[in-house]
Amino acid sequence: MNSFSLDPQMLELGAGIFVLLLVASIIGFILKKTVKGERGQEVILNLNARINAWWVMIIIFFLAMATGGIGSVILFGLTSFLALREYITLTPTHRADHRAHVWAFFIITPLQYVLIGFHNYGLAIIMIPVYAYLFVPIRNVIAGDCQDFLARSAKIQWGLMVCVYFVSYAPALLLLHIPGREGQDGKLLYFLVCVAQMSDVLQYVFGKCFGRHKIAPNISPNKTIEGFVGGVAGAVLIGTGLYWITPFNPWQAALMALLIALMGFYGGLVMSAIKRDRGVKDYGATIPGHGGIMDRIDSLCFAAPVFFHLTRYFFT
Amino acid sequence: MIAELFAAGVRLFTGVQARWLGCAPDITQRVYFANHTSNLDFLVLWSVLPSNARRKTRPVAASDYWRGGQLRFYLADHVFHGVLIERKKVTRSNNPMDQLIAVLKGGESLIIFPEGGRTTEPEMRPFKSGLYHLGKAMPDVDLVPVYLDNANRVLPKGEFLPIPFLCSANFGTPLHLLPDESKDAFLTRARAAVEAMAKS
Repeated sequence: MNSFSLDPQMLELGAGIFVLLLVASIIGFILKKTVKGERGQEVILNLNARINAWWVMIIIFFLAMATGGIGSVILFGLTSFLALREYITLTPTHRADHRAHVWAFFIITPLQYVLIGFHNYGLAIIMIPVYAYLFVPIRNVIAGDCQDFLARSAKIQWGLMVCVYFVSYAPALLLLHIPGREGQDGKLLYFLVCVAQMSDVLQYVFGKCFGRHKIAPNISPNKTIEGFVGGVAGAVLIGTGLYWITPFNPWQAALMALLIALMGFYGGLVMSAIKRDRGVKDYGATIPGHGGIMDRIDSLCFAAPVFFHLTRYFFT
Repeated sequence: MIAELFAAGVRLFTGVQARWLGCAPDITQRVYFANHTSNLDFLVLWSVLPSNARRKTRPVAASDYWRGGQLRFYLADHVFHGVLIERKKVTRSNNPMDQLIAVLKGGESLIIFPEGGRTTEPEMRPFKSGLYHLGKAMPDVDLVPVYLDNANRVLPKGEFLPIPFLCSANFGTPLHLLPDESKDAFLTRARAAVEAMAKS
């Protein structure tokens, strides 16, 4: 896990994203001047807020990547913490859960990222699904209140799995040892994040431009079949085009990108279902235009573990 | 300086979102009155005020608790500029209302919790009469209802380690005591105004 800040490929990727965002910002500016009507203006206002937030997120992401592994571990660790906070705030909790929450936020979450920071793959992969999973109901039973016991414990276990464990698979890509690619694992992380996020962005763009038929009206009213097809196809094209930074050949890169886009799509739907059930539209208001942190990383949560294990199984 | 840092720390930890639904965040003299479920309530409310207003807004707190240690007293006196009132041995000569009215006459604002203590039930308790007396003595001061959400989840009664739940503070439209309004009618109206902010 050497610093890959000076790697010419990473610089090219950075320059590519910079140009892409610049084009997006220019289009946003032109649309702001030309689109008429109150509803249209509202959509453009939100679009521009999203683009501006992307500048900030991309800069933070590249700064983290430039520090080598440790920056990515810290970035995703903070992301997990903030996502868990949004998730637990949204779910109904009970007074007796307090101590279990203290453990989840201040001990289990940091520990997971410490294990990844110290390259302890064996423990990082079972700490939450085995030890934390068993510990949470034990701590709740010590608190001595059996009202809604299963639901209360399960909510904390879910939060730890989705917000912490699955997210931690993204920086865990830096632990993979792929023969002949020492010190280049940051590019796998770039591939995952780029394909997952571009899939989201393109689903939004295709949905706004061509969306007619709702794909899951009860769960996520803004998602359309046209957006889904355009977004997934676009993500596969982008993933295939990025094969040169990965250990994959072009068709393997295409399959991986398809998998990331599909898992991301279902991740977005699952996390939406939780929001709808609680009667809210967003997990928070941390990222202007996007909503909460969880709204931005829901696709990554579901895509990261599958991408990690397939890569590990077939390429290491 | 310390107060600014403290307020920023509270905002960061609780991620508190202030919604000014019925009035603007400015330095108008006010009595902010809110529901009370956690020791953090006044901190959360105090931290979301604009800093120029915060310097002139004093939380009302129990003297026996905040004089209970040097650090506590330093925080109450130097950081929050709390108005410490006697709640146990109230006599005619140390009536806390006189203290509060004097603060308002000095041009400063107050933060009070008219339920009289922290509740653990979801329903608010009936309001105590202090708010009515303040409204009567200082009819020109805005009485602003505030609903604080989730502070009880950050630090429930009896716990010492806080959890970073996201909090919110909803500010409603200022009330004033109406001419001929009875004490009970006013207190009921004030309590309903806080409840209305819970739903918005």
